[in-house]
Amino acid sequence: MSSDLTELYQQVILDHNRRPRNRGRLPHANRSAHGDNPSCGDQCNVYLRLEGDRIADISFDGSGCAISQASASLMTTQLKGKTAPEAESLYRQFHEIVTTGREPEEISDVAAFAGVHAFPARIKCATLGWHAALNALKGDPSSATTESHLD
Amino acid sequence: MPPSTLPGSPPLPASASPWAAVRADFPTLHQTVNGRPLIYLDSGATAQKPQVVIDALSRFYERDNANVHRGLHALSMRATDGYEGARARVARFIHAAAPEEIIFTRGTTESINLVAASWGAANLRSGDVILLTEMEHHSNLVPWQLIAQRTGATLRYVPVTGDEGLLDLAALDQLLTSEVKLFAFTHVSNTLGTVNPVADLCARARRVGALTLIDAAQSAGHMLLDVQAIGCDFLAFSGHKMAGPTGIGVLYGRRALLDAMPPYQGGGGMIANVDFFASRWKPSPERFEAGTPNFADAIALGVACDYLDGLGRPAIEAHDRQLGRQAHAALRSLPGIRILGPASDRSGVVSFALRDVHAHDVVTFADEDGIALRGGHHCNQPLMRKLGLTSTARASFYVYNTPEEIDVLVASLRRIIKFFGAA
Repeated sequence: MSSDLTELYQQVILDHNRRPRNRGRLPHANRSAHGDNPSCGDQCNVYLRLEGDRIADISFDGSGCAISQASASLMTTQLKGKTAPEAESLYRQFHEIVTTGREPEEISDVAAFAGVHAFPARIKCATLGWHAALNALKGDPSSATTESHLD
Repeated sequence: MPPSTLPGSPPLPASASPWAAVRADFPTLHQTVNGRPLIYLDSGATAQKPQVVIDALSRFYERDNANVHRGLHALSMRATDGYEGARARVARFIHAAAPEEIIFTRGTTESINLVAASWGAANLRSGDVILLTEMEHHSNLVPWQLIAQRTGATLRYVPVTGDEGLLDLAALDQLLTSEVKLFAFTHVSNTLGTVNPVADLCARARRVGALTLIDAAQSAGHMLLDVQAIGCDFLAFSGHKMAGPTGIGVLYGRRALLDAMPPYQGGGGMIANVDFFASRWKPSPERFEAGTPNFADAIALGVACDYLDGLGRPAIEAHDRQLGRQAHAALRSLPGIRILGPASDRSGVVSFALRDVHAHDVVTFADEDGIALRGGHHCNQPLMRKLGLTSTARASFYVYNTPEEIDVLVASLRRIIKFFGAA
């Protein structure tokens, strides 16, 4: 198997794909949003429990490839306890990682997604859950579609 | 250029198949992808082009290019002869009664939209029914939803019998009532590989006075088509799925129907006379070809017809079916696989889902082995939903594929299953 492919499907990604964290509908969620990738049919719902300006709890469900499922799963572990501005900042870091392949300075599981940059068609898979989460944070229940974003 | 002379291109496994020789006609196939010889199994999406079709396009632009029907100069007459010759060639290809029954469009999708917008808007009323099947591609579904919303007509669907992917013909009799004005169905399913009994379906529709439209996107260029023997009223297909260029497609319509239909688009080329407030239309096919038509691609499509008939369409159909059967049988040996469509009486379109690996991951891994597959909903979302799937991977075969390529595919899938299973 090529090094690009092993970079793409790292153990962290395979692990989150096989054993997704925070998967399922969140009881007592007060925000949710749906993400769609119309070109491939991937779907992702993100449920939030916002307390004040903080994400007290978060979960996701939906269907899609290993990259989209693992990304949404890892995202939920990253966003729990964060404020909306912190979440946006984390998304910008994640976006930088998947589009450039540059790993973050601090040690983090999201570095596993650096391999995505070698597969431009899969960047949308990696960002689907994040788009839904940011929409939920904004209180925008309308479908986040990957087609309305540059990535 | 023979494949063996390409640097860094390891040869495909030696094939005893007489079809291996056909590969020499297709320049795109002679390359490596990720260091492996390309195995192109995505002809259901678009077919590769033989050198003769590529040459026909460049020859036209190098020697004959001029607008058709308008000029009296030498090049315009040559271009017009080429364009109308292609129309006559396509008419022969599907055994239409006359070239005037062939309308050139952008593809299957535009052909179906043309019928919906022109015939549908003029003939459908509230209370009328458009009968479709659950295996229709979005292109034979959404145009009917749009025209149903505009006219008040309603849609009905012939059910598909689960994973074996056959039309429920027992249900058809209840669905095909006198309210049905049009029965539109696919010839070969682009997801299931099912080959529908089109002549029988047309005969049944005729008994209740319904018109028929056949989506032949997956069958044109794969088998003999005889619109008069089938007995359909409309038939639509695309050039690019049958070794022709992109951007050119065909609508066949019975002439009496076409001549009674209003124009689809307005513009030059389709008018008999234009006044400031009213105009009169030419008969078919010009009535439906407003604006400068895509003559270059039409001419190359005519060459694709010649090429396919040189190979022999009955032989192509037998080859497709054999690869489809063989792929179905070989894939069945993989653990956790779910294969859609009939096991034996099928075309060369085989889609499948692996229990633990999403279709997109399958496609990415197969690409690493030089294999081009398609993954997704294949523009069949309602069918996928009914089957409880969101996506499948699909292998689709054509004249240049060999049995040995199926062996490479199965070996690749085994590695994928092992990789995800071991994680």
